[in-house]
Amino acid sequence: MPENSHSKRVLEVKRLNVEIPVPTGLLRPVQDVSLHVDRGETLCVVGESGCGKSLTSLAIMDLLPTKAKRACDEMRLSGDTVFDIGERAMSDIRGDRMSMIFQEPMTSLNPAYTIGNQLVEALQRHRNVSKAQARDRAIYLLEKVGITAAASRLGQYPHQLSGGLRQRVMIAMALMCGPDLIIADEPTTALDVTIQAQILHLLSDLQREFQMGMILITHDLGVVARIADRVAVMYAGQVVETGTAEQIFNAPQHPYTRGLLDCIPIPGKTKRGARLGAIPGIVPSLVGHMSGCHFASRCPQAHEGCETGDIELLPTAQPGHVCRCLLTQTPGTPVHETEGAAS
Amino acid sequence: MSDVVLEARDVTRTFMISGGFMKPKRPLHAVNGIDLRIRQGEVLALVGESGCGKTTLAKMLLGLLPPTSGSLQLDGKPIETMDRLRVAQTVQPIFQDPYSSLNPRKSIGSIITLPLKVQGDKDPGTWRKRADEIMELVGLPRRVYNNYPSQLSGGQRQRVAIARALINRPRIVICDEPTSALDVSVQSQILNLLQDLREELGLTYLVISHNLAVVEHMATRVAVMYLGRIVEEEDAGTLFDTPKHPYSKALLESVLTPDPSLGVPDTHLGAAYPNPLDMPSGCRFHPRCIKAMPHCSTTAPRKIPFGDGHVECHLYDENEGKGKLAS
Amino acid sequence: MTIDTVKTQVTTDSQEPSPGAMMRKRIFTHWGFMIGAFVLIAIFLMALLAPYISPGDPFDQVLSRKLIPPIWSDSAKATWEHPLGTDHLGRDYMTRLFYGARISLLIGFGAMLISGVIGTTLGVLAGYYGGRVDMVVNFIITTRLSMPVVLVALAVVSIVGSSLTVVIWVLGLLIWDRFAVVMRSATQQVRALDFVTSAQALGCSTPRILLTEVMPNITNHLIVIATLEMAHAILLEAALSFLGLGVQPPEPSWGLMISEAKGMIFFDPWLITIPGLALFALVLSINLLGDGIRDVTAPENRN
Repeated sequence: MPENSHSKRVLEVKRLNVEIPVPTGLLRPVQDVSLHVDRGETLCVVGESGCGKSLTSLAIMDLLPTKAKRACDEMRLSGDTVFDIGERAMSDIRGDRMSMIFQEPMTSLNPAYTIGNQLVEALQRHRNVSKAQARDRAIYLLEKVGITAAASRLGQYPHQLSGGLRQRVMIAMALMCGPDLIIADEPTTALDVTIQAQILHLLSDLQREFQMGMILITHDLGVVARIADRVAVMYAGQVVETGTAEQIFNAPQHPYTRGLLDCIPIPGKTKRGARLGAIPGIVPSLVGHMSGCHFASRCPQAHEGCETGDIELLPTAQPGHVCRCLLTQTPGTPVHETEGAAS
Repeated sequence: MSDVVLEARDVTRTFMISGGFMKPKRPLHAVNGIDLRIRQGEVLALVGESGCGKTTLAKMLLGLLPPTSGSLQLDGKPIETMDRLRVAQTVQPIFQDPYSSLNPRKSIGSIITLPLKVQGDKDPGTWRKRADEIMELVGLPRRVYNNYPSQLSGGQRQRVAIARALINRPRIVICDEPTSALDVSVQSQILNLLQDLREELGLTYLVISHNLAVVEHMATRVAVMYLGRIVEEEDAGTLFDTPKHPYSKALLESVLTPDPSLGVPDTHLGAAYPNPLDMPSGCRFHPRCIKAMPHCSTTAPRKIPFGDGHVECHLYDENEGKGKLAS
Repeated sequence: MTIDTVKTQVTTDSQEPSPGAMMRKRIFTHWGFMIGAFVLIAIFLMALLAPYISPGDPFDQVLSRKLIPPIWSDSAKATWEHPLGTDHLGRDYMTRLFYGARISLLIGFGAMLISGVIGTTLGVLAGYYGGRVDMVVNFIITTRLSMPVVLVALAVVSIVGSSLTVVIWVLGLLIWDRFAVVMRSATQQVRALDFVTSAQALGCSTPRILLTEVMPNITNHLIVIATLEMAHAILLEAALSFLGLGVQPPEPSWGLMISEAKGMIFFDPWLITIPGLALFALVLSINLLGDGIRDVTAPENRN
């Protein structure tokens, strides 16, 4: 089975941990995170601020702040290991076989260069192609991302474009080398609602067309529901639940996921003006080692057993649906040993 | 209908933007001829994309920015002629970002009691008691009184901002994106709190937001703004069930409800948000509108009354004059 | 960490210590700040206690005892009566150094105060009001920047005549530009924050907003510029005195001491080294302190 699944598996991360020394001790913002993405699949990582979702993506790209240390059992991109392979090898992969789209398109484009320059540079850095060829690809991709009069846009500077257009340019740049994997960190948070829908539409079309794997990191459950094939819900540094979008939204298992879904007003479902659900309490500090379930202190169903020992991600009754909660676990082996249990 | 407490009559605000070195300044019409009425006890939501002039309008309604033309009236009296402290007693804002809305160098206690100080409250001995009362009302523990903003979480900071706005018991609260900087689980707590406070204190809200799910949840009336104009204003129920203006429709279609059986909506909107310095002719929305007709680019649409609201769109021109018949 | 400590962290919302406590912690771990503060306090005490700790009188000339070298020299003339020796008029050098610290600190502080008031007022008003006020202030700043400080100071002093007061006022009126520029941009940043809008909406008067909302949030910038300008003023005074247009003899200014000793640099080098080192230590300590204050008050700006 592993051989078989690796042919379509774009990214496999097992037991990723990130540690950052802070004055009060050792901060562990990412703990025991395992993810995988297949070709043509969109995985949404969803969680509130500080849950470790962005650091997870930076750890995969090896772009963590210098003080941070990462460790993992396995990290493979299309079967090749990409963990601790050295900065030079990694920078050859970054922007080529996996690329990233950030939240704020204004700060991720260099204001001193034209977008044509930046797009051409993105390709020429990794491929031995002529400037004219790179330019042709840039025009092709700008048209693909819905920018009209693409050729004339190449000479423009980032500040001459609106936020939505800049994000489209960022997407085109991420696609220049035809990556296996795209990581999009809150790609639409800085944009208006109408533009957000357009950009998401574009992303899912392109991803289907080029058969890439995509990790989309967001806090917006609406975005997740509409675009995700599979969803990983993160809380306090850990993945608490993973499953298909239908499983997560129609039959959430983890109390945190259920709490989150109760918190948002859903037009058509929530009664207008009715009280919304709430999750009392605050997120625990991730400094030092914490035993038990991270959500136990805020969980309405917590019992004594929740506060001791490490709670593993274990399969639920549904195939491919795993959950880090004592309430939902059927006796069995941890997910990490049952390869592909979540596929 | 109950009485109008806050009203904008044909209000325009123009900013002069420098066109660059040795170039003449150009006018930016942030708000362009807006009529808006807020009635006692209602929750009016102002919806629109960034740059449509929502925040400028809010600042004018708070009396912080004089309109270039038109008039703003609070309880039937023009705001410009009123005493600043009187306006402050009646209208108060709540801002989006609880991290920048609290002075980091002041304690929570002095932030919350500032309104009493400014109003020259006669009885400083009761300030602490009143602060305790309002803190309890917004769900803040008493012990944070002597803390500083950096020691509180985002949700608590927003509660402090709400306490500061409400300690003098204003009647109207202008909430500028009150929850969009907060996490989902905190957002629901603040929304619940705002609803509770409204019932308990009989408040009137003007909610400015781009999050239509939040708006649908809270609002009793909705005004949709596009490039400095209100293109549609309706009862919340009517607007969410049968939006009339193509822009309102597109906005509603863009709302991503968490339903995995639906895909990403295709709004068919043109991508380019126009440059506000270079306003499109005729109907401002025509370059992005899928239903644009030839005369949309030449003639600006007029306000067409519809039931209890109105819409500005050529699609409904035949209804003009029929007044309340159509809806 | 056991589950118990996790629980307490969940229930206490204020995990962070108060800003004051955090700042105290940062102060005591910042070596630049500590060294700067220590040296500056030492020089300040030296100036304050000069009449009590000096071995002699700064103006007493004993020509028979002129040019005694400091005690660390091999010369037989060195004596504990004059630990740092005497100058060419037989005045005790240590005494003059102590009294000189008074003049340097007085000029540095006075000029910094005058320029600080002018620059901060202009900068804060320009930053807060913007528009025309900003244009006018910018014009004044540009005008000021186009004047060479030392030349203007020399011209004014040579016309008006030189005294301590004149030097303080001339320097104070000339070096406020950095205050104005920095305060203007700091105020612009603070003014854009929502708490200022909120104070306006509460009906606060503009002076109240400037004093209680804006000023507390720009004082860290203010203190940093103040230290820099103080050092700047001290060096300018030394330069003016060296050129003979600053403090007039027989006042014991450090700049003047260097000037008087310049003829003897090859034979009695300590005469120029001692006030030079003192000046160096004073300016360095002020700058260290300024950098320290910047780091300590705004930790988010570091790294």
